[in-house]
Amino acid sequence: MARRMKIVLQAAAVTVVALLIGLLAWQVVRTDQGKALDAKVTQGRKPAAPVFELDKLDGSGAVSLADYRGKAVVINFWASWCAPCKDEAPGLESAWQRWRDQDVVVVGVDLQDFGTDAQRFVDRYGLTYPILRDKHNWTWGRYGLTGLPETWFVDRAGRLVGEHIEGPVSAEELDRNIRIALGSAS
Amino acid sequence: MRSALAAAFVLALGLTGAAAASEQHPTLPELERELICPTCHEPLAASSSPIADRMRAFIRERIAAGDTKSEIKSKLVDQFGESVLAAPPKKGFNLLAWLLPLVGLTLGALVLAVLARRWSRSRARPAPLGPSANGRAPLDPDLERRLDEELARFDT
Repeated sequence: MARRMKIVLQAAAVTVVALLIGLLAWQVVRTDQGKALDAKVTQGRKPAAPVFELDKLDGSGAVSLADYRGKAVVINFWASWCAPCKDEAPGLESAWQRWRDQDVVVVGVDLQDFGTDAQRFVDRYGLTYPILRDKHNWTWGRYGLTGLPETWFVDRAGRLVGEHIEGPVSAEELDRNIRIALGSAS
Repeated sequence: MRSALAAAFVLALGLTGAAAASEQHPTLPELERELICPTCHEPLAASSSPIADRMRAFIRERIAAGDTKSEIKSKLVDQFGESVLAAPPKKGFNLLAWLLPLVGLTLGALVLAVLARRWSRSRARPAPLGPSANGRAPLDPDLERRLDEELARFDT
């Protein structure tokens, strides 16, 4: 009986340790997922863009990245308190106006921010492209973000292409990468 | 005994009262200790990031507006998710974070109790009967007789 009890206790201890190691491995893999994407895009490969479904900032429902399949998508991650985000906002709006009739969508993803501050920012800079709120930081690790702002480009097939821009994105970078996303062969 | 119980009751009453006061009239330093900066993942009290400053301003506004501690935390969770809380809420899956250490401590105490009992039993058990009571090899009969004689001389 004592021997059986000992075996049960040992098995329970091993299971608990295995579960904890599994949890740690899962966390590491999840965190590194975005870094792996960055490496793949740098090598010229086209990894699938992590599909998110986020609420719109104005509260008029949710948007999924999959909704934009067939279009080139510019995903810009930003927050209202971030100074470089203020610098790049007019350029993003301008790119949206230039490209919106050519199967291109600019999507702003607001992170780590107060919704009211984000809305004030949108009003102040007159942003008309879709703005989504990532309250739970879902995209942060999955897109390998290390700060704000950052920008990724997605082709018509939902794959990451071109450059991963860390810091404010310029008009030239926007146009160059949008062309890559539009011309990316399947 | 009665006075000790009374003291414990007064202490418990005092703690409950302090907790209630803290809930109804929270202070910024209290909330700073219970919240995490969403960008740097440090306690709000230790963070000087722009969003941490903005959160502090928000907390001051809400305290001035008369919000309770729970209301302020709930509003921040609504903006940033539960990861903004320094301690996980005591509900749902997060309850595990509170219960597991208690379960671990209880199991540890049980294992220690079982082991201690086992050790005390093995020590209390009489030594195995053998050639001699102390388990060593028996004395040579001649040597034993001489030893008895010597000891008898001391006794006289």
